[in-house]
Amino acid sequence: MGPDRRGGEWRPSDLELERRRVRRRQRTRSSLLATGLVVGVLVVLALVVRSSPGWPRVRETFFSWDDAVAVFPDILDGFWLNVQLFLVCEVFILVLGLAVAVARTARSPWLAPVRVAAVVYTDLFRGIPTILLILMLGFGVPALQLQGLPTDEFFWAGVALVLSYGAYVAEVFRAGIESIHPSQVSSAEALALTRAQSLRYVVVPQAVRRVVPPLLNDFVSLQKDTALVSAVAVFDAVFAARDYTAYNFNYTPYVVVAGFFVVLTVPLARFTDWVQRRWWERERAGVL
Amino acid sequence: MNKRTAVVPLLLALAATACAPVDDEPTAADPAESPTSAEQCATDSLPVLEPGTLTIGTDSPAYEPWFSGNDPTNGEGYESAVAYAVAEELGFSADQVTWVKVPFNSSYKPGPKDFDFDINQISITPERAEVVDFSDGYYEAAQAVIALDDSPIAGATSVAELADYNLGAQTGTTSLTVIRDVVQPANDPAVFEDTNAAKQALLNGQVDGILADLPTAFYITAVEIPKATLIGQFKPDTGEVEEFGMLFEKGSELVPCVNEALAALRDDGTLDGIEQQWLSDVVDVPELQ
Repeated sequence: MGPDRRGGEWRPSDLELERRRVRRRQRTRSSLLATGLVVGVLVVLALVVRSSPGWPRVRETFFSWDDAVAVFPDILDGFWLNVQLFLVCEVFILVLGLAVAVARTARSPWLAPVRVAAVVYTDLFRGIPTILLILMLGFGVPALQLQGLPTDEFFWAGVALVLSYGAYVAEVFRAGIESIHPSQVSSAEALALTRAQSLRYVVVPQAVRRVVPPLLNDFVSLQKDTALVSAVAVFDAVFAARDYTAYNFNYTPYVVVAGFFVVLTVPLARFTDWVQRRWWERERAGVL
Repeated sequence: MNKRTAVVPLLLALAATACAPVDDEPTAADPAESPTSAEQCATDSLPVLEPGTLTIGTDSPAYEPWFSGNDPTNGEGYESAVAYAVAEELGFSADQVTWVKVPFNSSYKPGPKDFDFDINQISITPERAEVVDFSDGYYEAAQAVIALDDSPIAGATSVAELADYNLGAQTGTTSLTVIRDVVQPANDPAVFEDTNAAKQALLNGQVDGILADLPTAFYITAVEIPKATLIGQFKPDTGEVEEFGMLFEKGSELVPCVNEALAALRDDGTLDGIEQQWLSDVVDVPELQ
């Protein structure tokens, strides 16, 4: 029973068709089983939660529709602040992180001070809890009463986030740079590229691709840490939720604000997956 | 999906069922025992958390002049003194009183409380009273505006004039509600996590003025920020008097007994005496129109 080539057109053999049928059947069965199990587990969990003695109280306190509606506009306003904050900060964080990481790989003795500064910076700012940094900059710098420096809390909270996350991201970039095999650098040298050129055209592009998942991790983490700026009186979404909660003794706003953050991060994660798959396919083009 | 992974969700479901909590909430509302007479408030039969001990909660830091030296146990400061007076009225000696730290925003969490009552300058509002129980009010709070001496806002004489400045107050306070609903300034008010943050922003010039209840404001200008001034006080026209009440778990049987104690303290002048001692200096603050 070989492939049937009569009529000049290729047709899968009966055996191949049978294989495909079996595979399809198996696939259907396992996805049905998986779906059923997921639904089953969710139903069991829902039943357990709903039948618990405290459920009516929890529903009132965390899932009150009226409170959700009432707080929604305030959270939306505050959330816009969060979005602005992390979008602007992320740009500076990536630039700063990459610059510090590259500085740490510098070999020339002339650049030793830069290297030391980069090491001190990452050690120091990765060690300081972000909230303390926000407090120190947000309230501390304006207290200096220096002419020409902004006193806006929003600005200084942003600076604090950039400094704190810049240190994390620098380490991520450094890990990426160090993961590039030395043969790549040697090849670049053999092609008469200078050190700067091989960094720019060979090492960094590959390193960045490798560290996209941890970078996304830090980005999502940054989105949530923008809520820390409430320490210096920036009325972000989480603070708006907390404010409402303090007046009405109801925690529903927390659930609402959590929903806002989830809705924001999930599409971002899918987008990064997609970008990465594209890079992966391109890098391996001709190999697979 | 192979057989082994299929078992895991089932185990999870079983585990979830196994750890479903039993109802261990104290059955507070037993109608047969609801206190109707003074006998019900005899010290031994009081429904307190731990027999023989009155557990009182307050936030940390405990601010002056409501407490003194961030130590609620010393009986100094208005609320500390009131708490000990109530305890005495209920039949607890000073060493039978235990204090626990209760951050304001965990005082109203659902479920059993770890205090008999919480005393922390909490304003009584209908929304809050749906979730917790309050005692009768033990203090009526006026609002006051603080500004630095050299700030232009320091010359304001009416509430309407305040609207042109950047104002701030602590989250969850009546002061913030007053800015939002009564003053209605052109710029959104700055919202602070606590009074200390508000004071810092005032010093830095990040806000022109901050609002607080009068005794707090008075203490800030008199002791903590000497170069700040109390530019005025006002009783906001919100339809009802703002009162501080002690916070109880919803349905607590202790409420009527504490109310009885408060009434006794008010009648025999003890409450006034405590107010004179700790909050007396605030009478000569100009009223804002």
